[in-house]
Parts: sequence; structure tokens; C-alpha cells
Amino acid sequence: MVAMSGGVDSSVTAALCVDAGHEVVGVTLKLWGGHADRGCCSVADVDDARRVADQLGIDHHVFNYAAEFERHVVQPYLDAHREARTPNPCIECNRHIKFSLLHERAIALGFDAVATGHHARIVRRGDGVRRVARGVDPAKDQSYVLYMLDEVVLATTLLPVGAMTKHDVRRIAAERGLRTAAKADSQDVCFIAGRPGTAREVFLGERIALRPAAVLDAAGREVGAVDALELVTVGQRKGLGLAGGADPRYVLDVDPRRAVITVGERDALAAPTVVLEQWAPSTRPVQGGVLAQCSAHGDAHPGRLVGTTLYWDRPQRRVAPGQSVVFYDPAAPDEVLGGAIAGRAGPSPGEGAQPTGS
Amino acid sequence: MSAPAPIYLDHAATTPMRAVARRAMLPWLSGVHGNPSGAHHQARAARRALDDARDQLAALLGCGPGDLVFTAGGTEADNLAVSGVAAVRAGRPVVCSAVEHHAVLEPVLHLGGVVAPVERSGQVDVAWLERELPADAALVSVMAANNEVGVCNDLPAVVEAVQRRTAGRAVVHTDAVAAFPWIDVREQVADVGLLSISAHKFGGPQGVGLLMVRPGIELRALLLGGGQERGRRSGTQNVAGIVAMAAAAQELAEHRPVAPGAGAAQRDRFVRMVRDGLDGVHETVPSGAPRVAGTAHLCFEGVVSEELLFLLDRAGVCASAASSCASGAIQLSHVLAAMGVSPALGAGAVRFTLGWTTTDEELDRAADAVVAAVHRLRRARPCG
Repeated sequence: MVAMSGGVDSSVTAALCVDAGHEVVGVTLKLWGGHADRGCCSVADVDDARRVADQLGIDHHVFNYAAEFERHVVQPYLDAHREARTPNPCIECNRHIKFSLLHERAIALGFDAVATGHHARIVRRGDGVRRVARGVDPAKDQSYVLYMLDEVVLATTLLPVGAMTKHDVRRIAAERGLRTAAKADSQDVCFIAGRPGTAREVFLGERIALRPAAVLDAAGREVGAVDALELVTVGQRKGLGLAGGADPRYVLDVDPRRAVITVGERDALAAPTVVLEQWAPSTRPVQGGVLAQCSAHGDAHPGRLVGTTLYWDRPQRRVAPGQSVVFYDPAAPDEVLGGAIAGRAGPSPGEGAQPTGS
Repeated sequence: MSAPAPIYLDHAATTPMRAVARRAMLPWLSGVHGNPSGAHHQARAARRALDDARDQLAALLGCGPGDLVFTAGGTEADNLAVSGVAAVRAGRPVVCSAVEHHAVLEPVLHLGGVVAPVERSGQVDVAWLERELPADAALVSVMAANNEVGVCNDLPAVVEAVQRRTAGRAVVHTDAVAAFPWIDVREQVADVGLLSISAHKFGGPQGVGLLMVRPGIELRALLLGGGQERGRRSGTQNVAGIVAMAAAAQELAEHRPVAPGAGAAQRDRFVRMVRDGLDGVHETVPSGAPRVAGTAHLCFEGVVSEELLFLLDRAGVCASAASSCASGAIQLSHVLAAMGVSPALGAGAVRFTLGWTTTDEELDRAADAVVAAVHRLRRARPCG
């Protein structure tokens, strides 16, 4: 079974599976938006997936996971923003929908494996253990969003485009005349369609209460204000209503309880540790030295996992609560050991400080 | 492994064309033929064919030929009924039952109308009509038979309740698209004001239907133009489609039982075979409620209909979960929700609809395939 989003990567995935001699069925997931013709699972994307399947001579089906997507991805996304966390909905979709519900269904329906168009590889080590590894194209590597895959799922998953560059994917699609060959890459958050920049604000504004917040410096002085605390992320620099001229200041902490955002200079953004929760896969606990990556396309930095805390070898830029931290193997830096989600570490930097100047 | 011969059990979605219908339409798809609105002899020939079809269909529906408005299908007929009547009775509410086809439900909701509840059987709640129907209702639309679960309404009782409650001021429309292939509706609809049917549900071509409008009921056209169909539906008539619809209806009428629920032996035998082979299979419409003879709507415990339909499709059996959205995904049906079917049970609902080509041998094989697929899914998901 090939999960076909209607994009070029999964189109080529399906083509490669057909070439490999597998008996292939294409499936598009309807996750969101019954009538919208933009964003993910739009009718236009389903049309593209179906027409590519037609071209490849394979059956195509649409599975409806809209209710499950709402429960496992959209609501947690809203909850996270409500708590001023920075969620990664793609990871939750992979965790709960694509590599869970869809995978289970595929096996129940008699399929041997599920193939997706992710740019990542599955490597099998000498001891027989399978791991997710970085895709060949560093600019498109998606191993970060697949850290939760366990041994059982990996044994029945195929990621064929992970072994090639995006350029090659598009070339293969073009050579075969697939209609998705030149289709633009998907957006960041598939269920939020609209103008970049304002779409997320509009989406959240329609669904959760957005609260104004004061922006304080580390000493507790009010230095700015924002309209929506829920839209502010740790590490953010712009849109904080700060006076110009001074050295750039970054968000160090967002405290939804007190409706306070704390900012500081670049040095203050660095932190020696990250407190972690929701470790995955649960079948493979990781401790000791790792290379840890804190965003989809960020760099991985060395550190040590002790208990539930990651100790950086050298302080690193603070990780926004809710973001996933993915552990790569220092001995095999392309290979994923697992991951977890950054929690809220201890008291806020500004908390307890006496406000001054008022 | 060679693919087994396909078994088509989705006749309520669309049913094969009858040979008589194909034969009737072919002359109008080749060579010169005129526009029925024209004056020359070719046009008059087309007009004659159209008039013959109109006479035939009027007789089969128990109305006058001038009462028929040909449309491009059931959806257009339903829209014309709801929106066309509402437009000349502006300011008064339109009402429909909660299990109507979207072709009725959507225009009613679009007009800010009222949705009448249904009973557990799926039949409209007649007591609600008697007590709660807005007394100034412009139009009440209640389907003759439901397209998903097949339950039939008691239309004379509906008309009586509506007329009493509104002092005769409301007009009743019935969507007979799902009923007409199975029931001679003439007696049932004697006092109904408007009625829709669709050709491809009974062996005519897709894209043709009609709305019956009793004399005296005013209607505003949705399509403006040349004023065809007495100004109620502009646009050159689909002569080939209309003559084929009439031919299909004529052949249908010669074989069709009269009473709701009659002629169901084939369906009942299929359901019995499935239930003999499986535990936890429920007929969605409670026994006792009249149903069209071709519909077997079953809820399978511990099964997700998407998965069952997938396996059936692989086994060559075409069935449906009745309610599909534009992308082809399956959604929990508004019909089942209105009937109060629990979401857990409704998640395993599958509609098998028989048709004029269905054989007992096909049903034997389909029942075997259903039993095998459900066993397989329940084995794969022991906890449901």
C-alpha cells in the first residue's frame, strides 16, 4: 500500500513500488476539510493522486481519517498553542495516523508493507536492528519527523525516495510524465491553508482565545507587548513591539499563566539543558551520548541524555516547549535513535524577579 | 490468480442501461435530427418523440403530460422543486425530513429551512408534522423511499398531516428517485404536489430526470433562457436521454411490484445467507418498516465499513457505504445519525443494493465474499 498525498514524492514512491514488482494499491487519506480546495486532502490533491495511480495502472482508494485527525492532530495542536507550546503537527500525524492507524489497517487488509514518500531511509544494522536514517538529500531530509517509528513498523515500511535527491525524484516523475512532476512542495502545516504569514493567526484566532501579553526583559521591566501570546515562540525575534535601536532581543520564555513573555539578548537564549517528555519509540529508550536536533532542518549538536534531561556539551539555543528533540547516533550520525518532546523547564527566567520602574 | 467476475451490488448508485433504453436513444445520437423547439419537419420529428415520451411517462406517474418538467437528473429536479416553490412563496419556510438526499437537504438548508425529525425506522415523524410543522410552511419535502437504507414513507399520511397543519397552504414534494425503480408510486403520490425521478436509477441514461408539478403549483425557473418546458426549465431538451428514460420506465413498469416492500425475496435471501455466516450483523431498518425490495443495509459489529468495502472491492464485489464526499472518502452518514444509529455500529454500515440484472448466483457469491471478508477483519482486529 502506498500512501499517496497527491504530491511528487509519493507519486514517484508508487512508481518505484510498481517497478519493484510489488502488487500496489494507492491510498489517499482524507484528513481535513470537506470542501476546501486548498491545503492538504483537497479534492484537487485527491484528483492528482488518483490520476497518477491511473497512469501507473494501480487501484486507488480514499480512506477517511478526518475524525481521527481532528482528535490526534488538530485538537492537540490547538491545546499546545493554548498552553504557549510550539507543536509539530506533522509528527503527531505520523505518530497517530500514517504510521499507526493507516499502518494497522494496511496489515489488517493483507498488505505486506506501507510505502510513503518521506525523504528518509530505513537502515538495518549488523545486529538486525532497523533504524530510521537521514534521506540522501540533506535539504529534504525528513528523518526528524519519523523518530517515533518502532521496530515493528519499520519492518513493514518502505521509504524508497529517501535514497534519492529531490532533483532525481522530479526527474523520474517528469520522465514518466506524471502530472505531479512540477507540483510545488507541500506547505508547513497542511490543514492551515491561506496566505503565508497570516494564515496561522487566522486559523488559531477562529478556534482559541488569543490573549495579549506583556513583554518583559530579564529584569522584569516591561519593554513591549503582543496581541496574541499563543502565537509567540521561544527564540522568536520579530513582532514583539520592542523599541528599535537596541541589540536584537529574543523570546526566552512564554508564560501563559501570567501572560508574560520574557526576552533577552542572544547570549541569554542559550541553555545548558533540555527537559524532555513523551519519549519515542517507547520500545527503545536512549541514554548517554547523542547528537540532538531540535527542528526539522536544524543542525544536530552533541549532548548526553541522563534520565529525562538532555545535557548539551555546549549550551544551545533554547528549545521551545512542544518541539521534538531527535537523537542521532554519534557513531552513525545519519541514524535516528529516538526522540522526545521538549517540556517546560523549571521556573521562568523572569518569574520571582521584582518588577521595577512601576 | 484470475480476477473473479465482478458482482455489482450498488444499483442504488446507478444501474445498467436497459437494452430498450439504449435502442430508443440511438437514433437521436446519429445523423440529422432537429431541435424540438424548431418548426421544420426534422424539428417536428424530434418534438413528436419528446411528446411521446412525455405522454408515456405521465401515464406511468399518473399525471398529465403538461405536468412534467424534464431536467438533467434528480438533483436538478429536487433543486427546482425546493428553490422554485420557495421563490414564489417568499418569506415562508421550506421543510424537509432529516434523511433527505443532499439534493433536497442542501437547498432547504441554503434557504434557511426547517429539518423535520425521523423515527428510528428512518420514516419522517408524522406526529411532529402534525404538531410542530411551521403552519406557514411553503413546501414540505419527504422522500418516497430513502436512498441509503431503503425505508419508505407513508406519503398519504404525510400529505394529510401537512395539509391539516398548514390548512392546505403547504405543497408536498417527494423525492421518488430511490422509490421509483421498485414501486409503482401512482397511488402513493396521488395527493403529492411535486415529484422527482432520475433515469439512471432504473435503466435509463445518466444526466436525465424529471420533476412532476401538479397543475396550479407555481414555480420559478432556476434556468432562464428560451423558455422550454413551459418556461419552467430553459435549454434544449435532451431528446435522446428523455426517450430512453421513457423506454426504461415502460419496461420497468411491466415488471415492477406495486406495494412497498413486495418482491424482496432475493434481498431477504441474501441477508439471511450473510447472517447465517456471521454473528453481529444488524439490519439498519427495524423489521416492520416498509422498505424498497432492493436495499440491504447492514451494520457489521466490530468492522469499519471502509475496510470491508476495500476487501469486497478486491474480491470483485461492488457495494457502498452510501454516503461519499467529493473526494471519494466515506463519511458517517447523516441518515444513520438522524435515525439514531450509534456511531460505533454506523461505522460498520454497508449498503448492498440489488437491481434489475441481479441474479441469485451473484448473491450467493457476494454473501460468501462478505462472510469471508468480515471474518478476516475480525481476526485481524480481535478487539474491534
